[in-house]
Amino acid sequence: MTVGGFDSANLDGGQKLAVKYFAVAVVLFVAQTLFGILAGLQFLYPDFLYGILNFNVNRMIHINAMVVWMLYGFIGAVYWLMEDEAGTQIVGLKLGNLVFWLLTAAVAVVVLVYLFIQWGPGTDATRWFINEGREYIEAPRWADIGIVAVVLVFFFNVAATFMKGRFTGIAGVLTLDLVALAGLYLAGMFYTPNISIDQYWWWWVIHLWVEATWEVLVGCIMAWGLMKTIGVRRRIVQTWLYIEVALMFGSGILGLGHHYFWIGTPEYWFTVGGFFSALEPIPLVAMVVHAVYDAGVHKLKSTNHPALAWLIAHAFGNFLGAGVWGFMHTLPQINLYTHGTQWTASHGHLAFFGAYATINIAMFYIAIQKWRGNVWMSGELADGGWKWKWSLALLNIGVMGMTVALLIAGYEQSFIERAMGGSSWAAYFAGQSHPWFVQGMFWRMIFGYVTAAGLSLLVWDLLTLGAGETRLARVLVREEEESSGAAQAAATA
Amino acid sequence: MTETPWWASEGFWRKIAIWITALMFVVLIFLTFDSLSDITAGSKRVPAYSVINKRIKYEFDEKRNFQVPVIGEDAPLFGKKLSEDEAAALVSYGKKIVQGRNCMNCHTLLGNGAYYAPDLTKSWLDPAWGNEDSRETLMKLFLQDPANNARTYGTGRRMPDLNITEEEARAIIAFLKWMSAIDTNGFPYNFKTLTQGAAS
Repeated sequence: MTVGGFDSANLDGGQKLAVKYFAVAVVLFVAQTLFGILAGLQFLYPDFLYGILNFNVNRMIHINAMVVWMLYGFIGAVYWLMEDEAGTQIVGLKLGNLVFWLLTAAVAVVVLVYLFIQWGPGTDATRWFINEGREYIEAPRWADIGIVAVVLVFFFNVAATFMKGRFTGIAGVLTLDLVALAGLYLAGMFYTPNISIDQYWWWWVIHLWVEATWEVLVGCIMAWGLMKTIGVRRRIVQTWLYIEVALMFGSGILGLGHHYFWIGTPEYWFTVGGFFSALEPIPLVAMVVHAVYDAGVHKLKSTNHPALAWLIAHAFGNFLGAGVWGFMHTLPQINLYTHGTQWTASHGHLAFFGAYATINIAMFYIAIQKWRGNVWMSGELADGGWKWKWSLALLNIGVMGMTVALLIAGYEQSFIERAMGGSSWAAYFAGQSHPWFVQGMFWRMIFGYVTAAGLSLLVWDLLTLGAGETRLARVLVREEEESSGAAQAAATA
Repeated sequence: MTETPWWASEGFWRKIAIWITALMFVVLIFLTFDSLSDITAGSKRVPAYSVINKRIKYEFDEKRNFQVPVIGEDAPLFGKKLSEDEAAALVSYGKKIVQGRNCMNCHTLLGNGAYYAPDLTKSWLDPAWGNEDSRETLMKLFLQDPANNARTYGTGRRMPDLNITEEEARAIIAFLKWMSAIDTNGFPYNFKTLTQGAAS
């Protein structure tokens, strides 16, 4: 075992696989940002790359890279914590490795086809091999089938490993959540000419992933992360996790109704969707209370400062981005004017970043710490830790700035195009050419560059933080024996 | 340390989590069956594909307090009346083209998609097409050569040339006409249609 340099001998089997997932996740995060910048520039300079990489290609890669890097992050995070949590080796690690390479090859092929073929005729072959043309799940059908196969192998590893070892509360929630996550994807895998039915099931995938199963998945990662970084007792995080699940599924499942206001579905969804989605912020507030309270109780003494900072950023970002920004336009009386405007883009940016990018980044920091031989990552870092602090600041300021700029553009759009103009094409363009809209897009671009700068710094930091460090990680003093997985690891390191 | 009260115990909240999740999911399944029967093509809210043989209006409904699609007299698309099967095949072909050309990553359909180009929900009824007589021709011309027929209203944003043939354009227009007849609970709000028929 070495200290200071990256050495796989420092990792258990699942963690060796996890760092592969994390590496691809970071590459895709960079791709997401790059194509976001291209698409953002096209709002300001419509002739930029026109006819070569049209907006729809850039935008598709922007959002697909995001979904996929987050999934890579989640899968990696679960593989990372699995052996530690289950107290045993992963059952099908070889299969897991094989599937990683298959998935990564498939992602590469899909992206190359998006970039170089871009579109096809109105045939079934187009949907099977080029592009399905449905936002977020554009991946062609062959890739869908591959994704389901990959998730099944992943699920097998999770279920079998926990059944062989300790089946903790976190393990139970995780296992059941993955059943739902894999099953829901099937709801998006069919063709119908009826766009109302198409969008009905499409939202089962998008909403019930992002606003239900993904939230519970990151709840599990958060629970484990808090035990790991600041030594919160297992009994506390697990009780919280169950409360989270009750609140999250209690509001989020029927909160799906806020997507059923305008797609042809009956009017009772106004009531169901409005009411339950208004409750959706509650579990997110609870998570802020939980994280901040626990961090305070433990006096911010953590084994890994950057990871803890990103976990706190996750709690606040999830609450603000998903909770507050979602609530702002979730009621039908407001959504009538904001649906399909830059409001959604504003909410989307802060919610995906706040809820999911943050916690994945926290896991990246936990991973590099152990990869380098469980090195010191608390206060008083070699260079004052300026890189992680600045990247944390730049990424959060950048995304928040984009969010506010897009919100201003969205306000303008919903007033001028919707409320006043009556939503015709002329009204749409009247909104888009209005100086306030253009200013919003300009500032979005500026903050997009800030985000990109933060990301560059993050990548640099992930590659260098802890290099040459000789001190070992802080050892947490545990209050309770049962949660000692982390303490043991720290103590024996 | 005292015993944990029942309301703070892991076991209690585990049961609550399971029961709430199960209950909500059962309710969702029930509502899904109900909604799907209401949005099947040919139902009251989502018309049969042969609606493309009719004039589609978008009129204010006093009782519901928003605009709803009203199916009017015969007005066959491209002057040719289609059977239910023919109409279904044409609309389906149109939707496959819309998916294959990735329209949704610039436009929104029923308000869902990207925000770089106008919403297509009521594009069949848009005043930009002038009047009923010019509409079909203008839509076809636009789809076949969007770069040169672009009206960007000062934004400079042109739809790219996606090599859409005349046959494909007809199918896309059939899909758009059918979509404009879906009852979307008044979305988009306050939409003013082009002039159709003598009366309106």
